[in-house]
Amino acid sequence: MADDLVNVTIDGMTLAVPKGTTIIEAAKQAGVLVPHYCYHPSLPSPAVCRMCLVEVEKAPKLMPACATAVAEGQVVHVSSEIAKKAREGVLEFLLINHPLDCPICDQSGECELQDYVFQEGRAGTRYKEYAKRYNPVEDFGQDILYVPNRCILCTRCVRFMDDVAHTPILNVSERGDRAYIGISEEQRLDHPWAGNVVDLCPVGSLLSKDFLHKARAWDLDKTPSVCPGCTQGCNISIDTRDDVVVRIRPRPNLEVNRHFICDYGRLNYRWMNRGDRIEAPLIRENGRHVATDWDTALARLEQVLRGASGSAVILASGRASVESLGLVRRLVDGFTVTAAVQVPLGEEAPLAGIPNLALRRERAPNLAGAELLGYTRHWEAATREAMAAAVVMVLDADLAPADAAALAAAPGLVVVLGSVVPESLENAALVLPVTTMAEENGTYVNRDRRLQRYQQAKSQPGMARPAWWIAGEVLAGPGPSADAPSTAAEAFELLGERWPVFAGLTYADLGFTGRALVAGPAGVAAGEGAAR
Amino acid sequence: MGYPHPSHPKETVVLSRYFGDADARTYDGWVQRGGYEGLRKALGMTREAIVEEVKASGLRGRGGAGFPTGLKWSFMPKEVVKPHYLVCNADESEPGTFKDREIMRWTPHGLIEGCAIAAHAIGAERCYIYIRGEFTEPWKVMTAAVEEAYARGALGANALGSGRRIDMVLHRGAGAYICGEETAMMNSLEGRRGNPRIKPPYPAVAGVFGVPTTVNNVETLAAVPPIITRGAAWYKSLCLGNPKSTGTKLISVCGHVQRPGNYEVTMGTPFRDILYDMAGGPKPGRTFKAIIPGGSSVPIMTREEAEAAVFDYEGIAEQGSLLGSAGCIVMDDTTDMVYQICRLARFYAHESCAQCTQCREGTAWTTRILERILAGRGKQEDFQLLLDLSENMTGKTICVLSDSCAAPVVSGIQKFRGEFEAYMTGAREPAMAAV
Repeated sequence: MADDLVNVTIDGMTLAVPKGTTIIEAAKQAGVLVPHYCYHPSLPSPAVCRMCLVEVEKAPKLMPACATAVAEGQVVHVSSEIAKKAREGVLEFLLINHPLDCPICDQSGECELQDYVFQEGRAGTRYKEYAKRYNPVEDFGQDILYVPNRCILCTRCVRFMDDVAHTPILNVSERGDRAYIGISEEQRLDHPWAGNVVDLCPVGSLLSKDFLHKARAWDLDKTPSVCPGCTQGCNISIDTRDDVVVRIRPRPNLEVNRHFICDYGRLNYRWMNRGDRIEAPLIRENGRHVATDWDTALARLEQVLRGASGSAVILASGRASVESLGLVRRLVDGFTVTAAVQVPLGEEAPLAGIPNLALRRERAPNLAGAELLGYTRHWEAATREAMAAAVVMVLDADLAPADAAALAAAPGLVVVLGSVVPESLENAALVLPVTTMAEENGTYVNRDRRLQRYQQAKSQPGMARPAWWIAGEVLAGPGPSADAPSTAAEAFELLGERWPVFAGLTYADLGFTGRALVAGPAGVAAGEGAAR
Repeated sequence: MGYPHPSHPKETVVLSRYFGDADARTYDGWVQRGGYEGLRKALGMTREAIVEEVKASGLRGRGGAGFPTGLKWSFMPKEVVKPHYLVCNADESEPGTFKDREIMRWTPHGLIEGCAIAAHAIGAERCYIYIRGEFTEPWKVMTAAVEEAYARGALGANALGSGRRIDMVLHRGAGAYICGEETAMMNSLEGRRGNPRIKPPYPAVAGVFGVPTTVNNVETLAAVPPIITRGAAWYKSLCLGNPKSTGTKLISVCGHVQRPGNYEVTMGTPFRDILYDMAGGPKPGRTFKAIIPGGSSVPIMTREEAEAAVFDYEGIAEQGSLLGSAGCIVMDDTTDMVYQICRLARFYAHESCAQCTQCREGTAWTTRILERILAGRGKQEDFQLLLDLSENMTGKTICVLSDSCAAPVVSGIQKFRGEFEAYMTGAREPAMAAV
C-alpha cells in the first residue's frame, strides 16, 4: 500500500498521496487551493490558462499544478513570491480585455476571475489607451447565452461538449487575442446536458437564460438536495432567494453525477414555487370541506382508520420521501394493502462520457425506495383496486382527471395528503396539507440503491407538514407522545424495524453524498437472508 | 553552395552541393550522384547501429532547438508494440529561414533518403512529411520525387529490396506558423486545431495519433545519408574547435547584405566570414546595425556581438543569442529598430494559437505598446511595462511562441533603447504602425 503513495510537501505541509495525483489535487488535500481556470476535475487538463503555475523545487521553471503529477520528495510552493508574480501576470493579462461589468453580471459573487483578482491581482490596470476586444452577445440556443467579452478562453465548455457530452459543436475560433468560443454553424447548444457549460464557465461568459438577471449570487441561500427529476438521483443545490427557488445547480457527487445535472432536472423547479397550496387541514363536514387544526384533523384520521376494515390502497407520488412512504404504509398495517407509486415516463438521455449517468425514463426520484418499502409501480391496477377499497390514501399523487373522477365516486373513505388542492375530490374525508421535497428533510433511494438525503430549501406554506409527521403522530396515538417522530431523522430510524434494509442506518451515516444500501431485496440481506 | 550565387571558397558544401542542379531532382540523377547508397547501407544495419552512428556524428537538430539527433532517436521504444511514426518537419515558417525550402526544391531524394534511414532507425514504417502550405514549388518537387521513389522501389513494401516497408506521406499545412512546433504539427496532422500539446507525454511516448513518434527537421534528416555513407568520424571532423557543434549548417542570410542566400559552412566558422565574405557585407556606404542570427525568435545581436561570434550553437549563445534555425536577418544603419521589433511582435500576436493566457493577451498587448511608441505617444514607463510583460511571457507557457515574442523586445530595448527614446521625446517623427 505504501508503495502506491508518494510524499510531497506543499506550502510546508508534508502529506502522502497516491501516485499519479496531480499537484493541484494533492494541494487540495493539504488545504491549499491553487488558483485555476481551465482545470476541472471532471474534464481533461489542457494546462492552458497557466493560472495554476506553482514553484516546484529543482524544476527549471514554474509547473502547471493541474498537469504535473506529484513525485516522491517533491517540494511545492504555491504561495512563493515567484509563483504569485506569475499568477498576478496571468490575472493582469486576463483582465485587459475583460469588460469589468461585474455590477450587471450574473456571475458576480461566484466568479473565479473576481475572486482571484481580489485575492492576488493588481490593484490597477496598466492597459490604457486601447479599446477592449468586443464581440456581441450570442445566443447558443436552448438555455444558453454566450457573452464573448467576458470570456477568458479556458475552454472548459469546449472540452465538456467534446469529451463528456461527445457532441463536439463548440470550438475555439480565430487566433491570438481575437479568439472566441465558436459554435458549429447551423447547430445549437441543445444537447440535453448542455446547461452544464454554464456551471463550468468560471466567469460570466456562458449564462443561463432562465437565471438571467434573476438574483445576485450573494443573496442566494443554497441547500443541498437530491434532484427530484428521475431515478438517477443527481445531487443538486436548490438556490433560493427570499424563499423562492430561483435555480437548480449540480452538487458534486463522484459516485452519482460527478459535477453535472441534465437540463430537465435543472429547469424542473417551478412547481416548487406554486402558490395554490393547501395551507390547513380540511375535514368534511355537512358535505363540504372546512379548515381545522391539526389536533382535530389527526383525531379524525385516527378515527377514520380505526372505523374501517378490509382493504386499503395507497396512491403515492414518486417524489414522496422514504420516511413518508414508510410511515404512511405502516398506518394501514391493519388492512389488506395495495400500495403503488406513480412513475411518469419520458425519454432517456445519457451523458455519453460518464458511465452510468443519464436522465432516466422513470421520472420518479424515489422509485427504488418505494419498491423497497413494498410499493409497486402498477398504478393502473392500484387505481382499479381503489374502487373497491375501504380506505384510499392519496399521498401527493398527481391524479389524472379520469382517476380523480373515478375516486370521487369510490365507495370507500378517501384521505388526501396533498400539497395542492385536488380537483373533484369533494368526497375526501380528509385533505391534509403536506410539504413538498423542497420544504422538508428526507431521503430518496436512487436506481442504484443509493440512499441520499435532501434538505429543506424553503419554508412550508401555512400548516403543511411532512406526511411522515402526520403518520407518525397517528401511529403514536392521541395526545402528546414521546414516541412520535419530531424530525425526519427520527422518522427514518423508525423504518429499520419493519424494513431491515434500513436497519442500523442513521442520517449521520449518510453525510451529504449518501450511501449504497446492501444488495438484495428488502429484508433478505439483513433479515430473512440470515435465517436461510 | 551559395545558391543562387556561386559557391564561396569558405563554404563547406555537403547538403547544398546540388542546389541549382535540376538533374539532381530525378531518381536517376540522384543515384548517379551517389544517392540512395546511404539508405542501402542503413537497411543492412541494425536500428541500434544507425542510432549509434548518428550519435557519434554529433548531429544536432537543425530546426532550432539543437537537440542531439541520435539521442532523440534512442528515446523511441526498443520493441515496436504500437506503430512508430517519423514526422519530417518541413513547415519552415520561422521568419528569415529558407534553407529547408531549397533542400526540398533541389535535393528531394536526399530528404527522402534521410527520412527512410531515420524511419528504419526508429522502427517506423511510415513517415509524414509536413510541408508548409505556402511552399508550392517544394510541394510539387517533393510529390514528384516521392512518386518516383515508390516507382523505383526505394519506398514501399520492399524498400530497395530489403523486405522492409517504408511509406512516405506528404501533408500540406494550411498557413499557421505555430504548426511548425512539433506538438502542434501532430495535432494538425491528426486533423485537429494546430495547438501545441503539453509535455509530458513526449512524442517518443505518445506522439501523432497517440503512438511513439520522432519529429525531425528537414535539414537534420537530409544530413543523415552522408553520415551513413561517409561515417560519423568524417561528419564529426567537420568542426572548427568546438566538439559540441559538428557538421555543416545551412545559413539563410537575408536583409541588408549584398548577396542574400543560403550558405553552407562548417560549424564554428566565424560569423564575420559569413556576413562579410559570403554574403558580401553591407551595401555600399552602409554599415550593419543589428543581426538576428537564428530566425525571428531569438534575441537580436548588435553588429559588435555578431562580429565577435563564431557560428555554432555555443558560439552564438556566448554572444547572448541563439543559433536557432540559422535564419540570419541582417539590418543595416538605415533600419528603424522600433519599427522592426514592432513588426516582429505583430507577427507573433497574429500567430498566437490563443491557448495560453500570457501568449494570447501578451503578444497583442506588446504590439499595441510598440505601435503607440511608433506613433509618438510612448512614455518612459513603457520600458518597464514591456520588460515586465516580457518576463511574464517567458518560460510560462506550453510552447515558446510567447518567449519568442519577448526575446526581440527585451534585447531590442537593451541594445537600442535610444531609438525608442527618440520616438518618445519627439526627436524622431512618428511612424505608421507596422503593416
